[in-house]
Amino acid sequence: MPEKPKLALYWAASCGGCEIAVVNLNEKILDLDAAFDFMFCPCLLDTKIKDIEALPDGAIAVTLFNGALRTEENVEMAHLLRRKSQILVAFGSCAKGGCIPALANFTTKDELLNSIFIDSFSVDNSTGIIPSGTTSFPEGDIHLPGMLGRVKHLAQEVEVDYQIPGCPPEPEQIWNAVEAILSGNLPAKGSTIGCGTLTVCDDCNRTKEEKRITAFRRNYEFYPEPELCMLEQGLLCMGIATRNGCGAPCTKANMPCTGCYGAPDGISDQGAKMVAALGSVMDIGDTTGLSEEAIAARVDAFLATIPDYAGQFYKYTLASSTLGGRVRR
Amino acid sequence: MTMQTDSAIFEPKIIGFLCNWCSYAGADKAGGMQVPFPHNVQVIRVMCSGRVDPQFILSALVKGADAVIILACHPGDCHYKEGNCRALQRHSMLTLVLGQLGVEKERCRLDYVSAGEGEKFSRIVTEMVESVRKLGPFRRDLP
Repeated sequence: MPEKPKLALYWAASCGGCEIAVVNLNEKILDLDAAFDFMFCPCLLDTKIKDIEALPDGAIAVTLFNGALRTEENVEMAHLLRRKSQILVAFGSCAKGGCIPALANFTTKDELLNSIFIDSFSVDNSTGIIPSGTTSFPEGDIHLPGMLGRVKHLAQEVEVDYQIPGCPPEPEQIWNAVEAILSGNLPAKGSTIGCGTLTVCDDCNRTKEEKRITAFRRNYEFYPEPELCMLEQGLLCMGIATRNGCGAPCTKANMPCTGCYGAPDGISDQGAKMVAALGSVMDIGDTTGLSEEAIAARVDAFLATIPDYAGQFYKYTLASSTLGGRVRR
Repeated sequence: MTMQTDSAIFEPKIIGFLCNWCSYAGADKAGGMQVPFPHNVQVIRVMCSGRVDPQFILSALVKGADAVIILACHPGDCHYKEGNCRALQRHSMLTLVLGQLGVEKERCRLDYVSAGEGEKFSRIVTEMVESVRKLGPFRRDLP
């Protein structure tokens, strides 16, 4: 029997949700096992890094790499797995656009470490120790990998063949992508696979009427009407600026889309597109006779109800956004 | 193009999106009236200020602009009825987003210039250049 192609599933700065999404293939995971030699996955298997290092270059057919790049170790593994893999897939929104770990790019590394280890209300660290470098114990040395100045997504460090979006990717879309890889029926290198090309609104079966929003509202304020477009009810539903393919499970569960599939093809910046879209559906009322200052003040008052636009709009894509995070002043 | 050296005075590079119907004509008027104004603004004529996608503004900043100015028709004067109103709403929201990303609000300004306001065009551009000059170059690198 010929040897099965090797499959690896690695996690860098991630939560483990992408591994759960793979396990959620349910019985299809047996088909996955039949098609591949599932040989490396720190979450599920005991293969060591030295085993990967011992492989010849290109020995792994497909690596699904999830997680953003936060530490030097993440970067090292990205390069190692790139070298050992024929197809490297940025799997999930962390590897694709930075996702939740990349929200750290709204601040600096020093501020971040300070608020975690020194300044936090629940931390008692009077000597101001910030864990780093090598620490010696009687049992041996412990080495902590260095932290990058900012969080990167996979393609900012190594060449990525394909990207599968989602936080986490939907299991049926993972299977679609696996089938595409197995059949060799793949689009151009660098494409996003396991998803649609339109927006989540196309998957969402709520009734859409004219969009005229008289006030932005937040999830906790009310129970949304279950049939009507979330955005029309004033919620900042990201569906309008988010790639489809997920099947809109969030709006089906009466929650607005938070944008985890990232921007559709042709859009370079998901947050900017949200600004563009929301700017045209805000209804500040009749402004006839008002001064320019009064109109501007009315817009500002309308906008003041939401405390964190950037955090919401770039929740999954800050590392891959145009500015990439907070710029240096 | 302005040559820049460390010792020379900083000449900011500003991209101006000017609406075809009012502000572009206003800039033209300033030229016709021979009102002096700084040459730092590189004008892009758009059919409507409502056509200015926030992606354009971010792209301008990462591709070398130190600031962006959008000039629109006065409220009520939009050739397409409410394009300038949308531009204002987008601009106000983008200002909040840019603030969270560490970009000063002076680097992205919206104002109104009608076809007859050559003097106002000159004044706004002069103010903009001065405020951006004080801020210094836009730093595109992340910490």
